[in-house]
Amino acid sequence: MKSNRREFLKLAAVSAMGIGAARLGFLGDAPAFAESVPTAANFEEGLKAKHWGMAIFTAKMTPEMNAKCRKACHTEHNVPDIAGPKEIKWFWGANFEESFPTEHGHYLSEEIEHRQFPLLCNQCETPMCVKVCPTQATFQRPDGIVMMDFHRCIGCRYCMAGCPYGARSFNFQDPRPFIKSFNPLFPTRMRGVVEKCNFCAERLAIGKLPVCVEAAEGALVFGDLSDEQSDIRKALREHFAIRRKPDAGTSPSVYYIL
Amino acid sequence: MLEKALKGSPRYWGTLIALGLVMALGLGFWLYQLTFGMKITGLNRDVSWGFYIAQFTYLVGVAASAVMLVLPYYFHHYKEFSKMIILGEFLAIAAVVMCLGFIVVDIGQPQRMLNVLLNATPHSVLFWDMVVLNGYLFLNIIVGWTSLQYFKNDMTPPKWVKILAIVSVIWAFSIHTVTAFLYAGLPGRHYFLTAIMAARFLASAFCSGPAILLLLVLCLRRLTGFDPGQKAINRLAVIITYAMCVNIFFFLLEVFTSFYSNMPGHIAPFKYLFTGIDGHDMMVPFMWTAVVLGLGCLLFLIPTPIRQNPTALTIGLIMLVIASWIDKGLGLLIGGFTPNPFETVTVYSPTVPEIMISLMVFALGGIVLTVLWKIAIEVRSEVEGGNLSMVPPPAAE
Repeated sequence: MKSNRREFLKLAAVSAMGIGAARLGFLGDAPAFAESVPTAANFEEGLKAKHWGMAIFTAKMTPEMNAKCRKACHTEHNVPDIAGPKEIKWFWGANFEESFPTEHGHYLSEEIEHRQFPLLCNQCETPMCVKVCPTQATFQRPDGIVMMDFHRCIGCRYCMAGCPYGARSFNFQDPRPFIKSFNPLFPTRMRGVVEKCNFCAERLAIGKLPVCVEAAEGALVFGDLSDEQSDIRKALREHFAIRRKPDAGTSPSVYYIL
Repeated sequence: MLEKALKGSPRYWGTLIALGLVMALGLGFWLYQLTFGMKITGLNRDVSWGFYIAQFTYLVGVAASAVMLVLPYYFHHYKEFSKMIILGEFLAIAAVVMCLGFIVVDIGQPQRMLNVLLNATPHSVLFWDMVVLNGYLFLNIIVGWTSLQYFKNDMTPPKWVKILAIVSVIWAFSIHTVTAFLYAGLPGRHYFLTAIMAARFLASAFCSGPAILLLLVLCLRRLTGFDPGQKAINRLAVIITYAMCVNIFFFLLEVFTSFYSNMPGHIAPFKYLFTGIDGHDMMVPFMWTAVVLGLGCLLFLIPTPIRQNPTALTIGLIMLVIASWIDKGLGLLIGGFTPNPFETVTVYSPTVPEIMISLMVFALGGIVLTVLWKIAIEVRSEVEGGNLSMVPPPAAE
């Protein structure tokens, strides 16, 4: 009964999207779909894991590759392009010192010192942002992904104070005028709410990998950390990896292979 | 008793109109913020809380000033405070109203505020802060209003008022502790991440709150002739002095822990506040002013003969209030968020609209305070037959 109902809602939502797109086409400026609207069949193929994680081959993440992933992510999720300290960032890059400030690595190899490390939400195992959120607008799924409900967020910005990684952005203004290419498959946000990387939960649901992973040509490995046979566990078994600020006690699910 | 607020001197109405104008001006800026969002503030990605939340934090302290009167009065039967106690309770009401006001203007989606109630989340300290603040507001309204009502009718207040007053004493400690816990549990913010945060909040509240109360009372004595009694003033001044000494001592404990341990994360905020980092030294003059005034006020407050001089006392209290305001109303928040999680500096300074909106909230508190104190004074004047100073009339010859 329950699953039938879910099935029905899924179909209803998907067909509504399809009809909506078809009907609105005549208005002229309807945005072109980057890819076809997912069907109920796509949702049947959703990717599942006990604990999603990411391993990053940092040597392969050249500044160009970083920019490519950032662009893919920000286009996919309608992240506005705002300059200055009020910017919105889901995926970005920084040098070693800023990425790992608690490491204090004097005498780093020059190559590592100048390497650009991709930064994104760490999807922590014990996320501080979820703990402090007074409305559960930030919540954690059973598969470890830390999600944002943009409609429930009251904009108190406590999660930003709580996050030790600076992974969260606040919409200080209406983001919509700053969206360069609009993706109709992902919602835009309104002013006054917080947002962040969501490990592409909306893509996992239809059997696709996160868009940055797709763009990174093997430099980013995504998979189930609880599955010993997974690619990510293999990568972590064979290479030395560190996590950002382990002393913050949040246990990030993003690993950096040096 | 509300009708007492409707009749007053031109000075009373002038005060209310002036505060109302400030509020109206600030309201314009708040509408501007509601229309364009919080981009009009100086806040940013790295400093996500600023002037609003800092004022909220400071005013939670002012709200506690009543405790320093209620506690000796109800727990130790120190009757000298009987005339001032209602003023303290009413100041607490005004302070909590301002606290709530600052929360409202700080929220990005204020119309969704009830989500905190609809989705009550016990693991969020913010939820508990809302509970204790509103609880404290109601306790003070009920206790203050009822005891004034009974005083007016020349009756002893019922027992439940006394019980609620005792509850409010304990409750006041909770508003500080819980507000301190808002900050003290955050792993990424070293300036906040300290077990002594709640104790520091209490110490700074117990000096700055009563100092503001005493300054207002001294002002009231000059304006209306209402005299709470020299003994009460002297005693409250002593309490303020001790609390300020403890406040400074607690701050020095933080300095020791940070610098002796040599933990870079713990030292960085102090460096930013007192010397500046990478040329970002906007906070330096403020923090050193706070140091000079904070230590300087003790010269006026510790020696008893100086403290008992009304002028010296006033100067000392003003110095104390400015010092504690810089420490808590600026330094605590800015130091907590700078350097940011990437150990770089993102400068925050409040913008003009931010300050105007803050003035709106302060003016709202001023209106609440003026009206409530007017009622309290009128009631007392009525009961005492117009003799506010309460010095017994000269015996008939």
